[in-house]
Amino acid sequence: MRSDLLQRLLEDRAAKRPVVLATRLTDGVQKLLYQTDTEGETGLLEAVREALASDKGRVVATSDGEWFLNVFNPPLRLIIVGAVHIAQPLARIGALAGYDVTVVDPRTAFASEDRFPGITLVTDWPDEAMAALAPDTRTAVVTLTHDPKLDDPALQAALRSPCFYIGALGSRKTHGTRRERLLAAGFDEAAFARINGPVGLSIGAKSPAEIAISIMAQITEKLRT
Amino acid sequence: MTDTSSREFDHEKVLEQAARWKAEGHGVALATVIETWGSAPRPVGSQLAIRDDAAFIGSVSGGCIEGDVVTRALDAMESGKPEILEYGVSDAKAWEVGLACGGRIRVFVEPVTA
Repeated sequence: MRSDLLQRLLEDRAAKRPVVLATRLTDGVQKLLYQTDTEGETGLLEAVREALASDKGRVVATSDGEWFLNVFNPPLRLIIVGAVHIAQPLARIGALAGYDVTVVDPRTAFASEDRFPGITLVTDWPDEAMAALAPDTRTAVVTLTHDPKLDDPALQAALRSPCFYIGALGSRKTHGTRRERLLAAGFDEAAFARINGPVGLSIGAKSPAEIAISIMAQITEKLRT
Repeated sequence: MTDTSSREFDHEKVLEQAARWKAEGHGVALATVIETWGSAPRPVGSQLAIRDDAAFIGSVSGGCIEGDVVTRALDAMESGKPEILEYGVSDAKAWEVGLACGGRIRVFVEPVTA
């Protein structure tokens, strides 16, 4: 790969622009291709759009040779609502798993740089924060505050979005009262069923780090299976 | 811990390291998994960056073939030409390089050029 092409690829990654690095396997010719590209071999551009949509690289045969398409989509996102103790290990494990992590909590005593070094913190109210973050199909949302004033607006925004995972901390009883509030707010049973609660896989987790592992394991399961 | 320093294994970090090594004046090559069959250990797109002193970051397998890929990458730095490598099931008795898991993969090795 030429250094200038590598530089441009890294710039696209930094700008979170979805991009495909196409390599012709017969001679090593390379170019960067984007979803919106219209000039070039139609078969190749179509394959680029498919590869970006499925987030999977592939080898494609076109009229001008065999190309390998390497997909560079922006990272998956994890939005954690509630800068509580469990959020600390969860933010770290999420980052380790490759997610772009954002922690939302208007309580600045919780959402502090000291408690979350290097993690993006948003101290707006969850409804405003969620509107700005706009969860998409590559986003997971987890609420951890235990406080309906903070959790519910975030859950409602998550339910109105196409995010691939929603989890809410709280016991079965808490989840039951949550169900009643969300149904009263106009959501149906199918919508409520999207919420994983009590959150996380059942592995007997006790400590904040163990609970974070069980949550991350459940997010992974939803993503991959 | 920063957000990016924790992502040691995704391809963004591997490419950043490759660019850094290149900027420091090293010879650098990249190896990328381009096709897999069966139970391959790392998915298509997984990358390894190799420096001219055989240091490397990232992965193209569970550690089974990295040694051979690094050797071939050093050759690619010399020749300046890309190459496609193919690995199949290993025969442990024959000391052959391959994948114990029974999978088969194709790897594209290329030098990072000026």
